[in-house]
Amino acid sequence: MSKVLKVSTVSKTYSSGSKELTVLDDISFNVEQGETFSIVGPSGSGKTTLLGICAGLDLPDSGTVTLCGKNLNELNQDESAALRNEQVGFIFQNFQLLPTLTALENVSVPLELQGDSKAASKSKTLLEKVGLGDRLNHYPSQLSGGEQQRVALARAFSNRPSILFADEPTGNLDEETGEKVIQLLFELNQQAGTTLVIITHDMELAERTQKILKLKGGRVQEIKETRVNNPAR
Amino acid sequence: MKKLRLKWLFTMALRDARASKTRLLLFMSSLVLGIAAVVAIQLFSTNLKANLRLQSKALMGADYIIDSYEIPTDRAQEIIDSLKPNASEVTFVSMAAFPENSGTKLVKVRGMEGDFPFYGSMDTQPVAAARNYQKEKSALVDATLMLQYNIKAGDSIKIGELTLPIAGALTNIPGATTVSTSVAPSVIIPKDLIEQTQLLQFGSRKEYQYFFKAADTLNLDRLEDELEPQLDLVDADLDTHTSTSRRLGRRYDNISKFLNLVAFIALILGCIGIVSSIQIYIKEKLASTAVLKCLGTSSLQSFLIYLIQVAAIGFMGGLLGTIIGVGLQSVIPYFLEDFLPFAVQISIDPISLIVGILLGILMSVLFAVLPLLSTWFVSPLRVLRVDDGNLAAPKTVQIAIYFVVVATLFLISYWLLENFIYALFFIGGTAVTFIVLAGVGLLLMRIIRKKFPRNWGYPIRQALMNLFRPNNQTLVLITSIGLGAFLVSTLFFTRDLLLQKTDVEQSASNPNLIILDVQTDQRAELKSIMKQNGIPVLDDIPIVTMRMSKINSRSVDEIERDTTREVRGWVLNHEFRTTYRSELTASENIVEGSWQPTSDASETIPISISENVAHDALLEIGDEVTFNVQGVMMPTQITSIRSVDWSQLQPNFNILFPAGVLENAPQFNVVTTAVADEAASARLQSVLVSRFPNLTIIDLRQAFILIKDILEKVSWVINFMALFSMLTGIIVLIGSVRTSKYQRIKESVLLRTIGARDRQILKISALEYVFLGLLGSLVGVLLAVVATLGLALFVFQEAFVPSWIPFLIIVPGITLIVVIIGLSNIREVLGSSPLEVLRKTN
Repeated sequence: MSKVLKVSTVSKTYSSGSKELTVLDDISFNVEQGETFSIVGPSGSGKTTLLGICAGLDLPDSGTVTLCGKNLNELNQDESAALRNEQVGFIFQNFQLLPTLTALENVSVPLELQGDSKAASKSKTLLEKVGLGDRLNHYPSQLSGGEQQRVALARAFSNRPSILFADEPTGNLDEETGEKVIQLLFELNQQAGTTLVIITHDMELAERTQKILKLKGGRVQEIKETRVNNPAR
Repeated sequence: MKKLRLKWLFTMALRDARASKTRLLLFMSSLVLGIAAVVAIQLFSTNLKANLRLQSKALMGADYIIDSYEIPTDRAQEIIDSLKPNASEVTFVSMAAFPENSGTKLVKVRGMEGDFPFYGSMDTQPVAAARNYQKEKSALVDATLMLQYNIKAGDSIKIGELTLPIAGALTNIPGATTVSTSVAPSVIIPKDLIEQTQLLQFGSRKEYQYFFKAADTLNLDRLEDELEPQLDLVDADLDTHTSTSRRLGRRYDNISKFLNLVAFIALILGCIGIVSSIQIYIKEKLASTAVLKCLGTSSLQSFLIYLIQVAAIGFMGGLLGTIIGVGLQSVIPYFLEDFLPFAVQISIDPISLIVGILLGILMSVLFAVLPLLSTWFVSPLRVLRVDDGNLAAPKTVQIAIYFVVVATLFLISYWLLENFIYALFFIGGTAVTFIVLAGVGLLLMRIIRKKFPRNWGYPIRQALMNLFRPNNQTLVLITSIGLGAFLVSTLFFTRDLLLQKTDVEQSASNPNLIILDVQTDQRAELKSIMKQNGIPVLDDIPIVTMRMSKINSRSVDEIERDTTREVRGWVLNHEFRTTYRSELTASENIVEGSWQPTSDASETIPISISENVAHDALLEIGDEVTFNVQGVMMPTQITSIRSVDWSQLQPNFNILFPAGVLENAPQFNVVTTAVADEAASARLQSVLVSRFPNLTIIDLRQAFILIKDILEKVSWVINFMALFSMLTGIIVLIGSVRTSKYQRIKESVLLRTIGARDRQILKISALEYVFLGLLGSLVGVLLAVVATLGLALFVFQEAFVPSWIPFLIIVPGITLIVVIIGLSNIREVLGSSPLEVLRKTN
């Protein structure tokens, strides 16, 4: 199996006034193609910073990140953006839908950016798949939290990404809705064969992925394999 | 490099705009009025220029004219004859009498020979009168004058010793304006009858004009270049129809320039609106931009989406403004028609329309680009709740943009004002104001933070805190309110200054009747007649006529013969009407040297000359001039040079002698008075002219009324344009206050949630806006006082006493508007539950 994400000795420090705050310290791990992977840890352990660096939204102070075969240190902002558009999908805790666009338009954006002339029909199919066929022309403010996250799911899968990053995907949802969204996430992931990296502090959710990386104080505490074969059990 | 995908960018811009319609409309409306004003004034100026060009021959009535203030010299006559004039006239001003009703009036007598005008028309009532008056040896009399004196065609007119029948009423002749004919209306008579008036004696004021019709192929500019120097040597002057219309054009240009400036102020105010509304608009769009970047949009693409929105709004604002401007410009000529010697035919100039639209796009993009750049620099990391803070463009980019903004504003003001220095001052003044206002805003925040009044009540503390907390509007509102108040008040003060300069309010101390040529032996009797009629003598000014004989020991004849001389010909032959006194009048200012109030004839006499004489005769302080005072040589030395405000309606003088020298020289007097009404004026004129037929009486009341009427119309146009600026200012205010609406609502809801009552929320907001409105407008008005003082000192050279109106009306008015608009922002919060509001606004 090829490595879709390769993180080697990554460190990140922020300065706060005169103090230096090390958020990530010498982090290394790999994620294989098609694998489900979770990063867990308490608040302030550096999970979100690590996700940002892995997805090419930020650069490490030292160490390298190779995403889909490309060393992110060597890419400029726009090249990183292009790589994200072609290879990466995102799901965020607060959904991050564009408020001025309808559900259908939100899902279409990644495809339109690629110049896909069938963006609308493909997006429609995806929205039908997540059960929102009757909500195509609704704006985010007209949808419930669960529905918004399902639109976000459809958008994340619309460009058929190699890797999908999910940042606390159920953090803003009630338990029942959260469970439905997770079910859907794993289902879509399995169908598309996408690599899935989930950031969560929910151990129960983490246990449903194949590998768990535990972060504490910005360092890797442990990387453990679970017995999961079928995440959508 | 990644493809831009322009089509997608346009689609995204449109999709995003759908949800922000109200805010974008507000943004657009701040532009519309400014553009409308600029387009209206531009179109009007273009039409005026085009009309002047097209009608320049009809305005002069000939291709070119040669004129002289004396009977042409032999050499001058030789030149004139060689060019074969097609018509000629001699004009002079004289009192005319109407024997049928014993009325008298100062008129401009025009003794005409030949078929003038060759272009345009001389309109008379009956029409045939214009054709026949020369043949029938009769007169054409100004139509208004005939109406005023109740005279009909067939009645007679007496000019000097000549009495002749009136052929008809003169309604129009090329070159005459309403203002000029109001003082001395025209009376046209055949030239060969002029002798019989016996008024053309040596020394009387007259003008000889020769009218020429030229072939189309004749290059008039070249003719002027060749003949002008030769004619100047023989005290004659050549005017072509092109140079005359150019001169005329320059005069109307000043009105256009002022109106252009007013329009530009409205536009700049609109631009402030763009900056303040786009700043907060973009701030709200940054989260979406970060998401788009996460999804793969490049920095350029994110920037372009919003730039397209701004440019499209600019285009629509420009288009709408242009349409309104086109409608408006047809109104302006109506208000200025008395100023113009012709009817302005309105046509729509496509260039002005294109300029209006382009100006809309340019101004909106230019002023939005700096806030827009944060979409370029926003990091996609924002989606992960990480605020990396650094959104500002690099310093070099910021400086470059500021430079482009200032340079563009300068170029536009230069385009409108056509004067480098004025444009520089205008832009410099606006920039300084902006900097001072921003400084005041920053200082206010610092002072409040440092000296925070911890003991004051909660609402006032919270309101003060709102002024410096994160996302505050202090800087944006103080600069936009202040700049708006500054521009509107400057306009107000300047308008006051301009109107005050030409204030012709009639009062007992302002003369409206001027009696010329009062001989020394007539003075006592004249004054007693006036006393009997209960009419006061306001001024009794002695006039001594003289000519220059020597300038710095060179005789005038010698200078005249010198073909390389640079002294203007008129000075050498002019009969100067001078006066003597020990004080200066209000319309005079010493600009060089010092004024000597008295002197005695035993020494070289210290005199004062006006700036135009100094310029044309190349005279400086210390130069010596010998005058020929009716045969007596009088050596003088120039000790001062005066600026003279010739626009003041009172006798002004080129040469001024001190008291103690000319008292015994042969002289006559000018007596001025103020008469209450037309009947009193007619009565006095009739008595005086029958007793002293040599007197010339100028009745300024007609001119006063006319000028006042014109000024009222001009001031209406100025007020109308100022209203545009003020309306734009209010829209800008609405824009900058409304753009923060959602932020305000969220804060108020938060306050509401933790238990604040409606009254407290209302009080906090009201106090905050009172502080901002009061401070911004007060600083703006104070800056306007400083700016107008500068204008008064350096441009208009007038004393400036600021009116209280801006302080009493603009400051509280703006503050009130700010508070009302500000409070309208949070009205949704009042009386509803926090959850309800949050659901509605999310």
